[in-house]
Order: sequence, then structure tokens, then C-alpha cells
Amino acid sequence: MSRKAPGEIRARRSFYWRYVLEPYFYLAPAILLIAGVMVVPLVIGISYSFQSVRLLRPGGGFVGLENYLDLWSDRKFWIALENTFVWTIGSISFQFLLGLGLALLLNTRFHGKRLIQSLVFLPWAVPTFLSALAWAWLFNPTIGPLPHWLTAMGILGEPQNILGDPELAIWGPIVANIWFGIPFFAITLLAALQSIPAELYEAAEIDGASPWQRFTKITLPFLAPMIAITVMLRTIWIANFADLIFVMTGGGPANSTQILSTYIFTTAFKKLDFGYASAIAVALLILLLIYAAILLVLRRRLVKI
Amino acid sequence: MNPALTTGKYLAIAGYVGFAMFPLFWLLKIAVTPDKLVFTEGTALWPSAMTLDNFRRVLTQTDFLSYFTNSLIVSLSTAAVTTMIAAAAGYAFSRFHFRGKPVIIAVMLVTQMFPLLMIIAPIYSIIAKLGLLNSLSSLIIVYTAFNIPFATFLMQSFFDGIPGDLEEAAMIDGCSRFQALRKVIFPLTLPGLGATLGFVFTAAWSELLFALMLISSNDTMTFPVGLLTFVSKFSVDWGQMMAAGVMALVPSCLFFLFIQRYLVQGLTSGAVKG
Repeated sequence: MSRKAPGEIRARRSFYWRYVLEPYFYLAPAILLIAGVMVVPLVIGISYSFQSVRLLRPGGGFVGLENYLDLWSDRKFWIALENTFVWTIGSISFQFLLGLGLALLLNTRFHGKRLIQSLVFLPWAVPTFLSALAWAWLFNPTIGPLPHWLTAMGILGEPQNILGDPELAIWGPIVANIWFGIPFFAITLLAALQSIPAELYEAAEIDGASPWQRFTKITLPFLAPMIAITVMLRTIWIANFADLIFVMTGGGPANSTQILSTYIFTTAFKKLDFGYASAIAVALLILLLIYAAILLVLRRRLVKI
Repeated sequence: MNPALTTGKYLAIAGYVGFAMFPLFWLLKIAVTPDKLVFTEGTALWPSAMTLDNFRRVLTQTDFLSYFTNSLIVSLSTAAVTTMIAAAAGYAFSRFHFRGKPVIIAVMLVTQMFPLLMIIAPIYSIIAKLGLLNSLSSLIIVYTAFNIPFATFLMQSFFDGIPGDLEEAAMIDGCSRFQALRKVIFPLTLPGLGATLGFVFTAAWSELLFALMLISSNDTMTFPVGLLTFVSKFSVDWGQMMAAGVMALVPSCLFFLFIQRYLVQGLTSGAVKG
């Protein structure tokens, strides 16, 4: 070592600093926080699902698969599972279709576009608890107009609160979620639309393509990757999204709006049964992993063709 | 374009605007309706008389001002701390290639996908053991960690839009990296920093479930928790609740106006104009 020129040592030291240590110096706070607040609790959460952790009943300890066996025979769990599908599919399909429509509209020219754009994107900025409360109030026949309008249109027999009707209640949060989620799709799809070269449309027009042909042969293929990624990510996000339902109905009436994520929250928050809540959470995580795996396989199949 | 199509287009736009604005309009409408008219004119489009009483009473007779202050402290601190940490991390992602980078990015992506509610019970236990329940600092720590991954990717995209030659030139001219960052890169990233601040602030401002879990004392309640407690306790004073709601909207709307010009161009293309 002592034979080495001082410059070489300095060069090596600066090499280590430059390529090995320096990036970690910038990343350290982020890594520490994510590890401490997200990764470690995630591992603890998975271990909770094999334990009996109830704040109201001290003691407990490892119980093996008991939480999962309880889950299997828990009727509420299966109802929540079914509702999760209705909630997710109902929300995402309308959010996507209406969001795509809005993006296409905003990609054309018209007067006052900047103002219109900020108005239609505004729901995205409204805090979720406030969206939930606002919609719950709109559905309330005492102070909200919706029950009266729905009755006038013949959809409801009498102006009642659909949030209190087990058959219809799930549509209350779904409508709120559609309202809240349209801007997200519109923003991302609009960005993708703006990146499509205008020459393509001009060329197609010269070749006599109809607007519908231009839409299906140019717009859709160009949007496809963006659509695939946003729909996939958003599906997972919506399946996990408990705020709207928790505030609007609390999972009721008679569990008709209970989805897995609200079931996790009410079990942890109201019953303080952390073991069982964690077991439901692990079940939800497994479902989402299966969903992601299916998508990846599908994608590989489609790409091959 | 043919006139029928144009009319259709404007009708569709009007429909979207109506749908987007209606719930907010209704909040405002009930908030300015005098108490005695709420039930008789509850479903009319605009009340026959207007009042600001509800706002005055919310500010003077309830704890909403304290909820509001708590939320402001939590959201501003979260936004500031997150943006600083995320700027450093995003800079590392943008400018360095190093071992472990793909793993760290993968972990950050995963944290965006798994059900956050999964960790609500463990976090409660940890915070309780640290004796930090009912403290605003516990919320700031938790929210900061939650927002770092997204904010980091956002900041990375902003740094990617600034040519690396700029700071290299400054470093050749004798600046240390830190000086180059402060004098050359920092001024160019200001819009990116602003957008990140806005996003994180809005996210922290609206978070409800973890705040419900970690905060139970009235003194440290954030706005969402306070409003929800108020709703479940006194669910008849519609005017006051909606006035409180309208006031909770204000900070989000301000930040939205501020960041909305970055929404479409900035977010996806990552392009920053210097």
C-alpha cells in the first residue's frame, strides 16, 4: 500500500465516493424512512396474521392458521370479496370511459379551454373525505336533490336515500368514485394524446380515412400502452381505496357496501383485532398479486402474437 | 365541422363541467343557506336568502380553527420534508448508475401497489410503543414515508429534464458538486420542487384513515378527523358542516391552481423549461 502514489489512493477514494457511496448518501433518508415506516411494518403485519393480537384482550401469541380458518368460514369476508369486484369493476369502467371521452374533448380546440380544463380537473384535488361527505349529502333526500331527481326520472319509486337501501347502496360510493377518478384518466390520456404526431392524422385525412377510422387505426393503437398501464395500476388502487365507502356508508347497511379494504379498516379501527385485520389484508394482497400475475401472463401472450 | 357535431361537442363539455362542479356548488349552496330555510328550500337550486352566519359560527363556536391549524402544520411539514428527501433521492436516481439501484426502484414501486391499510395495525403498535399516539409528529413521519416514493419519481423526472452537462460544466469551472447544485441546478428545479410540494401537500391534507387510527384526542385532530367526528356527533347542523367543508376546500384548490399547469405536460413527459 505504502508504495502506491498518493494520487492513486486519492483517485481510488474518489472513485468509491463517486460511484459507490455518493448516491447512497443522497438516498439514505428516503431508504431509512421507507424501510422503517413501510417495509418493517409490512413484515410485522404479515406476522400478525398468524397471531392473536387484540388490544381489548391482552395475551394472545401465535395461533398458526387460526385467523385464516376463521376467514374461510366468515360470511362477511365472502360478501366483502364479492363487493370488492362490483366496486372495482363498476368504478374503473366508468372512470376510464368517461375519462377517455373527456381527454378526446380536451384534445380538440374550443373557446375557454384553459378555464374548462381547470374546472373539470378540480374533483381530483378535492380531499377524498370531502368528496365522500358531499356525495353522501347529495344522496340525502332532506338536503340533497338527487333522490328527487331520480324519482322524477322514474328510477326510484319514492325519494329515498339509496345509501340506506342494501340493494342500491354500493352505487352511491361508486358514483362518488367515478366523479373523483375521471380527471386522473383524462389527465394521463390527454398527455398520451398530445404525444401522437399530428402528421399521422393529416396523412390519414388525405388518404380519405373517416374520423372513426382515424380513431380506431391511429388514436387507439397509440393510446393502448398508456391505457394498459393506467387501468392496471388504477384497478389495484381502487381495490385498496377505502375512504369513500368508509365515510359514506361505513360498509353498511347490512354489509352491502363492505369491501375488503373497509373490512380491514373497521376490524382494526373499531374492533382493534389486529391479527384478524392482518389476515384479511394478506388475503387482499394475495388477490392483487394473482391479478398482477394474470396481467403479466396476458401481456406476454399478446406481445407474442 | 358540421354544426350538429359542434353542438354535440359543446353539450358534452357542458355535461362534464356540470358533473364536476355540481357537488361543490351544492356544498357552497347549503353553506350560505340560512338555518330556517335549509329544510323548506333544501332541494331548491339557490336559496331565497343568503347568509355567512354558518362560516362565522364554525370559526367562533367550534374547534374547526384548531383542526385547520393542525392540518396545516401536518401538511406543510410533510410537504417540506418529503420534497427535500425526495429531491435528494430523485437526484441520485437521475444522475448516478450504481449497484442496487434496480432493487431500490422496485421496492419503491411495490410500496405504491400493496394495500397501505395492511400496515395500519403494525404502525399503530409501533407508534404506541414510542409513545407518539395523538401527536402531530407521528402523522408527519408516516405521511412523509408514504409520499416519498411518488415524490422521488416525480423529482427524478424533473432532474432528467435538466442536462447533466450543466453541473459538470460548473464542476469543471471549480464548483464542488454541492455548489453546482445550489447555484445551477436548484434554480432550474424550482418549478419541479413547487409541483412536488403541491402534490404532497394535497395528499397529506386529505388523508383520513391513518389519522383516525393514530389521533383520538380533540387537541391534535386534523381536519378530516375533526369534521368526521363532528358529523357523527351533531349530524343535524348541515349549514355548519358544509361551511367547514367549503373552508377545507380552499387550500386544496389553491394548490391545485398552482400545480395544474404542470399536470399534463410536466408529469408525463418530465420536461421542464428552464
